[in-house]
Amino acid sequence: MSQLKTKHLLGIKNLDREDIELIFQTAANFKEVINRPIKKVPSLRDVTVANVFFENSTRTKLSFELAEKRLSADVINFSASGSSVKKGETLLDTVNNILAMKVDMVVMRHSSPGAPHFLAKHIDANIINAGDGTHEHPTQALLDSFSIQETCGQVEGKKVVIVGDILHSRVALSNIFALQTLGAEVMVCGPATLLPKHIRELGVKVETDIKKALEWCDVANILRIQLERQQMKYFPSLREYSNYFGVNKQLLDSLKKEITIMHPGPINRGVEITSDVADSDHSIILQQVENGVAIRMAVLYLLAGVT
Amino acid sequence: MQKRLLFDSPLLKVTISRLCQQLIEVHGDFSQSVIIGMQPRGIYLAERIKEELESLVAKDIHLGYLDTTFHRDDFRRRDEPITPSQTKIPFLIENKNVILVDDVLFTGRTVRAALDAMNTFGRPAKVELLVLIDRLYSRHIPVEANYVGRKVNTIQSQKVLVELDEKQKEDHIWLITKEE
Repeated sequence: MSQLKTKHLLGIKNLDREDIELIFQTAANFKEVINRPIKKVPSLRDVTVANVFFENSTRTKLSFELAEKRLSADVINFSASGSSVKKGETLLDTVNNILAMKVDMVVMRHSSPGAPHFLAKHIDANIINAGDGTHEHPTQALLDSFSIQETCGQVEGKKVVIVGDILHSRVALSNIFALQTLGAEVMVCGPATLLPKHIRELGVKVETDIKKALEWCDVANILRIQLERQQMKYFPSLREYSNYFGVNKQLLDSLKKEITIMHPGPINRGVEITSDVADSDHSIILQQVENGVAIRMAVLYLLAGVT
Repeated sequence: MQKRLLFDSPLLKVTISRLCQQLIEVHGDFSQSVIIGMQPRGIYLAERIKEELESLVAKDIHLGYLDTTFHRDDFRRRDEPITPSQTKIPFLIENKNVILVDDVLFTGRTVRAALDAMNTFGRPAKVELLVLIDRLYSRHIPVEANYVGRKVNTIQSQKVLVELDEKQKEDHIWLITKEE
């Protein structure tokens, strides 16, 4: 018998290795559940979950909603567009109003880093961070590491490079924490303008030559160029980015080894990754999506069980 | 603490072969029957029964493992969640006769959860329950076993400790009474 040491999933930074391994073990059981003819278990039948999305999302929102429904939870969805947020309601008021309707768990995405941490201090419900600005995206990092463990046998000792827009990426930061906690070596690679200044202090290697980075790694996690977060030009053109940092088949063929390709989605085909790589046998992009549901079921289940 | 021995290896062997004979009486050559061991501890007994049955009917018998954790009715009501185990049912149970196997039948709640969990794999023709130890007068719900190794009178505070040995030499099943 074991349970998580935390009541909320705010970031990977708050988890230790034991917690992550418990989530993985539970997720493996849920992966079996979602491959059954009837993919539903009654565990959370008396739990109501609110998905509160102040920022756009397709994959994460669908994945959470599916995970909640497969656990038999009651689900309500809220998105900021078309809501009273537009009328000037504060975050705390919005969430307190939702909680007044007797909600037990809140899954929240917000454009401000720290928004879920703020909420956790003020309300009783379990909070799951589904992405807070450029800070953390813990469930994505968990499903990424879980997919690496599934494909490579283990995460410990593996070399993982995260390629692309590290500066604006919450996926990158959460991935760095998760991979390091599990004992992997991490490198970040991208244009110097998109690498945070003091990133080395997190204990990661830094590389600006994509070929060298790919030669070094076992797994490459290729991030999307987040044009919506870039207020200024960090590189001259998408075409130039794709020339210098895009991962294509020619580049992979020139390596002396085979590596696993990951991408958190949504893919900008032809920018950070070409179609022939994204759809190749080395790519586990769709496996990541499948694992996303299992990981989120595990997180919801384990947090609901914390007493 | 008092310990009373309910089964040792020789007695367990005799009991298992009796249970297997009873199973064959009902299920014949097992062409329409499958065994499902309940995680975590029922699977070891289920494996032994499968082995014994296979030597008696000289054919492969389907054995699956069923974990009931996500179907339990005490989630969020107990101090800590139970760690789930693997469910592995690599065959169809639709229209099959299913024999659920567990080591101890106590309140009956795990069996209820198992019946619920099993529904996600299809609709069996018939479900039976086999247990090694039946703790009498302890049921919270109306569940009874079809095949019983031994019936034992117990009180709520007593515990049954099952220690099955892989080599089948040092098996022990104890009834433990905590002193007041």
